[in-house]
Amino acid sequence: MPLVYCGACSHAPGITARPERADTQTRQALYKALCKMGDDIRATGAEALIVVAAEHFANFFMNNMPAFAIGMADSYEGPIEEEAFLKIKRTKVPGNKALSRKLIEGVMQTVDVAYAEEWKFDHGIAVPLHFITPDYDLPIVPANINCQGPPLTPLKRAWAFGEALRTAADAQAERIALLATGGISHWPATPDSGKINAEWDREFLDRWARNDKDALLSYTDAEIYRDGGQGGFEIRTFVAAAAAGKGAKGTIEFSEPVPAFAVSATVARMAVISS
Amino acid sequence: MSLYQVQKLIYQLNRDPRTRERYARERDAVLAEYDLTDEERAALVQPDIGLLYVLGVNGQLLMHFAALHKIEWNDYLERMRHGLAKHGQVREGVYAATGYEGVEAHDARLKAEREKR
Repeated sequence: MPLVYCGACSHAPGITARPERADTQTRQALYKALCKMGDDIRATGAEALIVVAAEHFANFFMNNMPAFAIGMADSYEGPIEEEAFLKIKRTKVPGNKALSRKLIEGVMQTVDVAYAEEWKFDHGIAVPLHFITPDYDLPIVPANINCQGPPLTPLKRAWAFGEALRTAADAQAERIALLATGGISHWPATPDSGKINAEWDREFLDRWARNDKDALLSYTDAEIYRDGGQGGFEIRTFVAAAAAGKGAKGTIEFSEPVPAFAVSATVARMAVISS
Repeated sequence: MSLYQVQKLIYQLNRDPRTRERYARERDAVLAEYDLTDEERAALVQPDIGLLYVLGVNGQLLMHFAALHKIEWNDYLERMRHGLAKHGQVREGVYAATGYEGVEAHDARLKAEREKR
């Protein structure tokens, strides 16, 4: 069954941790767009959701940092963040170990992916799920690209990972959705938190919506760091989603710079299925 | 400088409730398991968020370490700014400060742009 859904969205902790600090109208529009994304995923009849995230040291550290990892368990815990900080209750989220294993075996044909039979979610997965699957009733397959501890996964390999995920998902009987989460430009958890390069973000999203592989892969890490900050390294997840789109075009359903959330809050979808 | 060791301890504290419990009960014993300089150990114990930031602790680790110590978000940002003023720019890693007008001024600018549209 071909991949039934492919999208990307922001995961900034401020979205749930500090909602009152954002412009009310913008916040409500973002929440609506995120909830609609959940409705759209359910409308495809998805039986599992691969979440390609840029995790922040919940599971992986510089003692053994994988370029790519996929979870392989029947359930996951999260978020690791204090409930009082993130304002998301810690919970158990369903997984699907057998499906994970099949996907990992598929991805391994072309990409050397690490697998993990335990995985703690952080805000990178927990914030989107809070809106998209608030009842935690859709099995999740967590996947990660190293966007945090340099040397980072090269963009062209993030593309290869997205292609491998698509091929592996298409080969399954189950209806599978894929969601990439990450920021575009941001300087998170620094004194510059809130800084956003909105022009750079627009240009990136334009390349993403056109699914212009060459343009998406043309950024160097030095350029990303200069123009998009250390948070900009997370474009790797968007790049993987574009690759999973297999040449389809994307739609930017919502994108607004929200300083209180420290990102251009974004909800975007790749049209993976021709109707 | 053993930034790796400082970050490893914070990583364990952030993700593992048992490490947090041990740290609350027998902090010195936990600290002794990591190869830390006196400056690093003192910065962790205080905790001196500004100095930890300047030493190069990744913000994704540091913000949770601050939350663990019940340090409110604006206070967390202020402590990093204080650290920069006192100790100079970040010494290692990719979390250097680059300068920013601040959320309130930025919000006001965006609002003005929205109203013009």
